Amino acid sequence: MRKFVKTTLAIVALVAGIAALAVVPARALVEIDINKGVVEPVPIAITDFLSGDAMGVEIAGVISADLRRSGLFAPIEKNAFIEKISNPDVTPRFEDWRVINAQAVVTGRVTQEPDGRLRVEFRVWDTFAGRQLSGEQLFANQENWRRVAHIIADTIYEQFTGEKGYFDSRIVYVSESGPRDNRVKRLAIMDQDGARHEYLSDGRSIVLTPRFSPQRQEITYMSYESGNPQVYLLQLETGQRELVGNFPGMTFAPRFSPNGDKVIMSLLREDGNSNIYTMDLRTRNTARLTDTNAIDTSPSYSPDGSQVVFTSDRGGRAQIYVMGADGSNQRRISFGDGAYSTPVWSPRGDLIAFTKQSGGNFQIGVMRTDGSGERIISSGFLQEGPTWSPNGRVIMFFRQDAGAVGPKLYSIDLTGRNEQPVATPNFGSDPAWSPLLK
Amino acid sequence: MRRIAALTRNPVAIALFAALAVAGCRSQQQVPNTAAELGLGGAGSATPGSTQEFTVSVGDRIFFDTDSSVIRSDAQATLTRQAQWLNKYPSYSITMEGHADERGTREYNLALGARRAAAARDFLVSQGVPANRIRTISYGKERPVAVCDDISCWSQNRRAVTVLGGAGS
Repeated sequence: MRKFVKTTLAIVALVAGIAALAVVPARALVEIDINKGVVEPVPIAITDFLSGDAMGVEIAGVISADLRRSGLFAPIEKNAFIEKISNPDVTPRFEDWRVINAQAVVTGRVTQEPDGRLRVEFRVWDTFAGRQLSGEQLFANQENWRRVAHIIADTIYEQFTGEKGYFDSRIVYVSESGPRDNRVKRLAIMDQDGARHEYLSDGRSIVLTPRFSPQRQEITYMSYESGNPQVYLLQLETGQRELVGNFPGMTFAPRFSPNGDKVIMSLLREDGNSNIYTMDLRTRNTARLTDTNAIDTSPSYSPDGSQVVFTSDRGGRAQIYVMGADGSNQRRISFGDGAYSTPVWSPRGDLIAFTKQSGGNFQIGVMRTDGSGERIISSGFLQEGPTWSPNGRVIMFFRQDAGAVGPKLYSIDLTGRNEQPVATPNFGSDPAWSPLLK
Repeated sequence: MRRIAALTRNPVAIALFAALAVAGCRSQQQVPNTAAELGLGGAGSATPGSTQEFTVSVGDRIFFDTDSSVIRSDAQATLTRQAQWLNKYPSYSITMEGHADERGTREYNLALGARRAAAARDFLVSQGVPANRIRTISYGKERPVAVCDDISCWSQNRRAVTVLGGAGS
């Protein structure tokens, strides 16, 4: 029971990712049903990992913050702990943890390998069942210690919810500064918790709507840098930028296909209307999917790549439509009162998130892929641009309150609970969530 | 002429214009159509054929209704004056900028701004301005001129602006 499940975790480079042997974790005795309307957060004790330096405390802090932000866990203050963990390999005194109502205890140790890599061992203990739920060891380069903490938090999340976590992921967004009528916009990237923030552009030209590749360390976005607004690709490892296609008019609203081979986007026609096109990034072949005298934009693929959801005003006001990935069978799915736009297909495939304008304000909502079951999860003066966490449980978006100088990022649970601001150095808009890192 | 042309791109001049626009916004006045109405200079003071004359006497911008790219009758009058002026001074090429207010989502507003720019361009072409003198660009809701959170500002941001270029080439 106390033996570690063997897990290798080789972080080759920051972006090359982690190859972990699959571990099927035991389910926790106390399970969280994340589909319930109201979830009482599970009290959990994240003890400081033993280490010769501050790293053990830091890792425990990142795990606690991830779990707390999810709204599903209530990490217990350390000064309430009765037992002091001096050997994370020894079974804790469960009664000491039950007294403070900790449903689970997480213990761990950080050491350094001869080659300089970190070795992080951790165990998750179910205090009421009196058993170990998981034990793993992870190896990583020093600079990736935060990722190790996120992976541990994801493991705990999965044990309690039965669903994959989302903490080992990143956000690309548009950082905004300066006055409203002369805004400086820069591409920026950060971990989902706001750490490791970096700028990806210098702010000299307007940049909008960055989106992650589902497969590679690559983003697609729209920029005015050439004077003509166009869609670009940016390789995150090399910084190399590339124009997508050689289209005569403005290209905008890009997203990748699920396998990362295509970019789908809007192309402005000479007559002022916009249609949806794809470009195959290897063959450079383009295909037109819509051909209407209307605005067709904001395309987003279903996760299996078979369908595309998009915005069109072909019926008058903007509404949400679905079509086959070849443009076939275009049909309207939103019929509520108001204008609908920015549809985004959930990574689980079952829901579409959208922005709705009605009654003088803006709402973020979800509906099933046939348009039924519409549910508004957040309302505000000006808010838009939902993006899904990799597990399809959390939605991030941006909001500007009336009278505010700029917009800010927020995350909210799919149920509409647990809305949280996402800290950024400046104002922020157009967030896009990465897949789980590899 | 060059120096005057440069003036409209001068940040101080732009800031002044924006400040006046906001002032108009607060007092809920009718949306000004031309720089002349904003008090930036008398109609008679501009050199004929200059950028200043175009901006001040002709009017360099038109406004739209919410979520619409229909050229209103007041806008038709402005564009007709623009076309007459551009036909009189054929050395100018122009960029037609289309803009949207903040009350729409980003990508949709890029498309809406583009549609407004195209509608304004098409009107000028119908008045005899050669299409090859006109470039269009959409800024969506990225470049508001008036910044407040009500209709008085939004109505000024729903606009198409004719920017002169290539003078005297």
